[in-house]
Amino acid sequence: MSTLHPTSGSIPGHADDHHDHHDHHGPYYQSKGSFWTNVWDWCTTVDHKKIGVMYLIAVLIFFFIGGVLALAVRTELLEPVRTVAGQVTGQFFKSDEGIGKGNEIYNRLFTLHGAVMVFMVIIPSVPAALGNFLLPLMLGAKDVAFPRLNLLSWYIYFFGSMFAGLSIYFGGVDTGWTFYTPYSTTTDPDQSRVILMVLGAFIMGFSSILTGLNFIVTVHKLRAPGMGWFDMPLFIWAIYATSIIQVLATPVIGITLLLLILERVFHIGIFDPGLGGDPVLFQHFFWFYSHPVVYVMILPGMGIISEIIPVHAHKKIFGYRAIAFASLGITAVSFLVWGHHMFSSSTELAATIFSALTFLVAIPTAVKVFNWILTLYKGSIAMNTPMLYALIFLFLFSIGGLTGLPLGALSTDLHLTDSYFVVAHFHYVMMGGTIIAFVGGLHHWWPKMTGRMYNEFWGMTGAILVFIGFNVTFFTQFIMGVQGMPRRYATYVDTFQIWHVVSTIGSYILLVGFLVHLFNFIASLRGRVAPANPWGALSLEWYAASPPIEHNFEHEPIVKHGPYDYGEVVPFHCSEEDYPLADKPAGASAHTVH
Amino acid sequence: MSTIDFKPGLIQGGRAPGYETYKHASHFRTKDEEFDACKTGMWLFLATEVLLFAGIFVWYSIYRMMYPDAFRNGSSYLDWRWGGLNTVVLLISSYTMAMSINHFQHNRQKEARRNLVITLVCGALFVAIKLLMEYIPKMTGWHFDPTMSHAGGEALTKFGGLFYFEQGYGGKLPGILFSYPFATDPHENMWWSLYYTGTGLHAAHVLIGMALIARVWWFSRPGVENYGPKHYTGVEMAGLYWHIVDLIWIFLFPLLYLIH
Ligand code: HEM
Ligand SMILES: [Cu+2]
Repeated sequence: MSTLHPTSGSIPGHADDHHDHHDHHGPYYQSKGSFWTNVWDWCTTVDHKKIGVMYLIAVLIFFFIGGVLALAVRTELLEPVRTVAGQVTGQFFKSDEGIGKGNEIYNRLFTLHGAVMVFMVIIPSVPAALGNFLLPLMLGAKDVAFPRLNLLSWYIYFFGSMFAGLSIYFGGVDTGWTFYTPYSTTTDPDQSRVILMVLGAFIMGFSSILTGLNFIVTVHKLRAPGMGWFDMPLFIWAIYATSIIQVLATPVIGITLLLLILERVFHIGIFDPGLGGDPVLFQHFFWFYSHPVVYVMILPGMGIISEIIPVHAHKKIFGYRAIAFASLGITAVSFLVWGHHMFSSSTELAATIFSALTFLVAIPTAVKVFNWILTLYKGSIAMNTPMLYALIFLFLFSIGGLTGLPLGALSTDLHLTDSYFVVAHFHYVMMGGTIIAFVGGLHHWWPKMTGRMYNEFWGMTGAILVFIGFNVTFFTQFIMGVQGMPRRYATYVDTFQIWHVVSTIGSYILLVGFLVHLFNFIASLRGRVAPANPWGALSLEWYAASPPIEHNFEHEPIVKHGPYDYGEVVPFHCSEEDYPLADKPAGASAHTVH
Repeated sequence: MSTIDFKPGLIQGGRAPGYETYKHASHFRTKDEEFDACKTGMWLFLATEVLLFAGIFVWYSIYRMMYPDAFRNGSSYLDWRWGGLNTVVLLISSYTMAMSINHFQHNRQKEARRNLVITLVCGALFVAIKLLMEYIPKMTGWHFDPTMSHAGGEALTKFGGLFYFEQGYGGKLPGILFSYPFATDPHENMWWSLYYTGTGLHAAHVLIGMALIARVWWFSRPGVENYGPKHYTGVEMAGLYWHIVDLIWIFLFPLLYLIH
């Protein structure tokens, strides 16, 4: 079956839809009048697409800020700090108050880098920005289930980040992004900046919870007619699994951060050993949230890859159900392994159990990787920027996942923990995985979001630069880590200098790569107009116009084929000449799109 | 949704009541779909509330094991009768809340609104008992005594004997504020920190629940009548929230007041 029919307007609730006066058929972002009318319109919009775009802009700004902080950290590490004949050399953050002060500045910078990147960039990047834009479109819905709640989530995120911004304005925090006690309960006791930062993370947590809740209900209730659970694109499965984690894990960090604030204000002993509290309890609470949350970070990225690969290889995804269930499997296991961040602070028995459970995570992860590779096998691969990013993802994420195994094994972890090996591991998964998938997804859906095509040459150039820069920056850190370079120090012994220099150079290459993308995107806004379905894809967002109209679809779509039935149906808005059907005689099954 | 047969009436001015004219949001296909969505969303939200309080319960269990004496001693200062009374008050309010929904479903507007008011009064009573009979005396040493039996006596009084002061009773405060002079265990302040955090967080939820119910009450006023047989989403959601607030108290009460 290969047809997709619009409904005849008989769906209840559809007919009374055209009550207000402006044009419903232009692009969703079309101007509503004067400049201030438009500003007001965007600030009060409940359109999931506009909210998604607002998240996207915020995320990109924070990515830039986090990136500048990272470059500052890397620049400090160009040279080990030495005191030669009473003179301090090699310290980038110089201070009259000596090495100690410079170190403190360094501590603040890497803390802020981590906190900004985790709470303000990666967590909202794919789910809140791309997810908001795409989820209803892919489901064939007009919006998310609770559009006003969605806008509220955006404002909560915004105000939370303002608190974090205030904290940075007052000098920032040096507790590490993990806010471990007693650092976070005792540093700067006379200052409010730790409280402000923790409060910011606490508030942003609510945004995450409400977005997840909204998405779960949307998936349950607003799938287009004819779309069963296993007709959903895998991106939706990934977002669904992510949302479950967001809803079930975030409240735990919520209460943890709340208690932390109370502990600082009233000096009640919960986590601070000086007051009779238990710092390991904090670690348990923190990682009970934060390990599942690493899957909030990576699952949506995996979802993007599950879209890019079949679309640009023009081949049915291999093992649809396996990938969908792997998402749910990862979700389930992710709640059981938090203890692997605490091997060195837990009992042997607990560590052994957590170690064993940790290896379970690798199974559904590997299932996905193998399925993607098998999808590529014998596909007709279009080498463009999204596909290149998908391949980069496969390469980098595999390294990131595989290096998780020596960290999950007790004996090796005791050597590697708190070293640069850990830093390299999580950058390979979080940046090499999530950010790479995010940038790939941005290219993939850019035509849909903006209605314009980006320049392929510059897209590929940027991708190659990012790939080179990333590996130069972080592969070196594996080497340093194994040799014993500890993380979170501004100074180090001279032997490591060569690796640090290489790593820093890599980070500058990364910067250039991202700038190429940025300019390419900006230039594209005046570039070629995008067709509705430039890649010949089969999921419903490509059935909508590029860019979609305010209510997404002219008519509510009814789903009659799967999202990956490549070679069996002609994609929306495309002709069979361009997308010949595989096992049927030409013309046998041409379908109509109204 | 229930499918009760019902003849719509008109309210003053010949306008149809709100539940008759209610139109669901346009991205839903039907009103039922919208109702189901709201309900699913609310249940998920309640799950997050439970997880939020789970942190308090874990804190409780670990510190009860770490500092058994401080906790045993601390909890002996709580009077189970006040906690018990509050439990009864909340249980009654849960019942009236459920009844209110039922009345709305059968379009008995007056009864429904009356039950909402009783629920609100119970909520207020809960908070009042918590404050007057527990927080204020424990924190400051000032007891509330509606019989005013201490007026003119030896004890310090305020408001014509409505409050009287007991020397050496107050100071049971959280953390650094703790100043109770007769504490027998150095960690007793931790018990009070837990007590105020747990019950305070719960009381905040009671207040939020009351705000939701008050909102329902306001929009069900004569002339608006937003809730009725064909549309009672708002009441149902406020009710669900109210029940979870009750449920959490059902766990807090024995842990804090009954286990010694
Ligand atoms: C096969 C899958 C994975 C395994 C077995 C694994 C295992 C581990 C282990 C054992 C640690 C603790 C190392 C230590 O501190 O000594 C760790 C740290 C970390 N992992 Fe993974 N991991 C995996 C995937 C991921 C993914 C997908 C992400 C994020 C997208 C991630 C993010 C992190 C982060 C952020 C840390 C460091 C946290 C910190 O201490 O600041 N990991 N991983
Ligand atoms: Cu982990």
